Amino acid sequence: MQPINTFQAKAVALPIENIDTDQIIPARYLKVTDKNGLGEALFTDWRGEPDFVLNQPYAQGAGVLIAGHNFGCGSSREHAPWALQGFGFQAVISTYFADIFKGNALKNGLLPIVVDAATLARLTEQCLANQTIDVSVDLANQQVHVAGETISFPIDAFSKHCLLHGVDQLGYIQAQEAAIQAYETSHAARVNTVGV
Amino acid sequence: MAKTLFEKIWDAHVVQAADAESPATLYIDLHLVHEVTSPQAFTMLRERGLTVRRPSQTLATMDHSTPTTPRGADGIIPVTDEIARKQLNQLIQNCSDFGVPLYNLGTENQGIVHVIGPEQGYTQPGMTIVCGDSHTSTHGAFGALAFGIGTSEVGHVLATQCLLQQKPQTAEIRIDGTLRAGVTAKDIILAIIAKIGVGGGTGYVLEYTGSAIRALSMEERMTICNMSIEGGARAGLIAPDEITFAWLKDRPHTPKGEAWDAAVAYWRTLPSDEGASYDLQVVLNADELAPMITYGTNPGMGIPVTGNVPAPSDLADDSQRMALDKALNYMGLQPNQPLIGQKVDVVFLGSCTNSRISDLRAAAKLLDGKKVADGLRMLVVPGSQQVKRQAEAEGLDQIFRAAGAEWREAGCSMCIAMNGDQLQPGQYAVSTSNRNFEGRQGKGGRTFLASPLTAAATAINGHIVDVREIL
Ligand code: SF4
Repeated sequence: MQPINTFQAKAVALPIENIDTDQIIPARYLKVTDKNGLGEALFTDWRGEPDFVLNQPYAQGAGVLIAGHNFGCGSSREHAPWALQGFGFQAVISTYFADIFKGNALKNGLLPIVVDAATLARLTEQCLANQTIDVSVDLANQQVHVAGETISFPIDAFSKHCLLHGVDQLGYIQAQEAAIQAYETSHAARVNTVGV
Repeated sequence: MAKTLFEKIWDAHVVQAADAESPATLYIDLHLVHEVTSPQAFTMLRERGLTVRRPSQTLATMDHSTPTTPRGADGIIPVTDEIARKQLNQLIQNCSDFGVPLYNLGTENQGIVHVIGPEQGYTQPGMTIVCGDSHTSTHGAFGALAFGIGTSEVGHVLATQCLLQQKPQTAEIRIDGTLRAGVTAKDIILAIIAKIGVGGGTGYVLEYTGSAIRALSMEERMTICNMSIEGGARAGLIAPDEITFAWLKDRPHTPKGEAWDAAVAYWRTLPSDEGASYDLQVVLNADELAPMITYGTNPGMGIPVTGNVPAPSDLADDSQRMALDKALNYMGLQPNQPLIGQKVDVVFLGSCTNSRISDLRAAAKLLDGKKVADGLRMLVVPGSQQVKRQAEAEGLDQIFRAAGAEWREAGCSMCIAMNGDQLQPGQYAVSTSNRNFEGRQGKGGRTFLASPLTAAATAINGHIVDVREIL
């Protein structure tokens, strides 16, 4: 994974709450065996509507999505962050994210930015009034600079470290090989009887 | 200190404890794999020259993109979708290259991943179980910590049998009382989600407790835990008890003889201790529950079947009002309208929520000697090949066929509409599955989630009914 720290991007607003993974990328696009081409299918059923935000010329090149409450609920498909990134998004702003989606996003360098409800409402309003707003993200300081204000956001220490340094989480687990072996030995009665 | 069931399982699986900088490393006992969320993970293993660390703790099946159409004269289930075939072949190749056991399409034990794990006795109390599939929460019915993971994590578990995990919070969902006739486990979980909302469980593991839960069969408990994810929860749990042990005994992959006795002795230590505390508690009374049905485009949009669709104008919050407005628009429903009497085009009985033998029996009992309404299509899709064989041995397939329903091979089918089984745009379905998201059952399709009883009663009448009136 490429390290990320600061980036600037144009944000667009999609103020719908509980946007689920089936909207982000419908199941019929999950027959792929790689990660390619999913950006074109992002929100594909909603993109059938000419008015849909991502169909507007001003939305092209957007890097931040300002969503409604509770983004990414539903399935575990990692195709959801892959599709968002495929379209060009680097971050999503919401009041909270579904657990599995959030984990998947962080592992791919798509930043889930959590803000409070009042902030989300304010950002959405500003964005809708201007079609887009410019956002600059500073991960090291956990801040978003937008429309003259600075907003802090939370992120767990480990995910932040991995994003800032491009740490490979699998490599991090592999480095614990001795502990894994010790665990398997001391719990042999259980792990050896799973017996698939 | 008094511990919850969750804490006991968690503590027993910590390989490396969390500290201020990093999450815990958790050992995974059982890793279930299917064709849709695994290919990129196997590719990663190949790119890095890695192996599957514990093939004996890994089991693959095919369920999502597999057709459920009847077998050809050669006994083979025909796969006509080339892209799906490529994905299925990729799973065969991956399992063969990495030594992972696979229940191939149409073979004896193949089926929906969350049906076969328990059925074969792989799923056992006290385990950690993961799968690249959000409904892994199903296995929590046995008192196992079971949750869905993404494809990157599938790769982590394949390579190391471990996962990095932030410890979730715990919630007790307490349901006391007795279910009335016609009210089922599906109605309990739909009522819970209607109460807490689709994001209400985010960050939590839910433990279902109370006399109404203790009275449920294992299959009913699976229905409840299955939909924990629809409330946003990381996992659902039910403490193991005598009902659990009786259900598991003599399954192909449960311990036998002395090992069984030792396992049961351990399992008995798992239930939450007296005085253990949870971060949150939600209470429901089973006596007050009615058959539930959803009217909208997420599983939290549910009401008693006798209720009316809510009106956006009654909602004060802008965001909620817009969401409801959008949902009703998609569903083609009016504010304040009743759902009873709503015409339905398709009834789907299946999915990892409600495709086990008890679900089929309950529906067959209502359909016995009756006909599916004119112009209505009913699909009955058993959750596994074993469920299918059992149903056929009991003659349930004959009841369904005689009623005019389609009797299918095992798989996810119309729960996910990526295998040929799907709604046409604008069609209405009553479905025993778990998600009513826009397009979930086919682009433009409209889903009402309900129990197998409500589904069967609807199939007979051609429109939504209160099943209690025909019991
Ligand atoms: S039946 Fe539906 S919810 Fe269950 S595993 Fe299959 S697609 Fe997922």
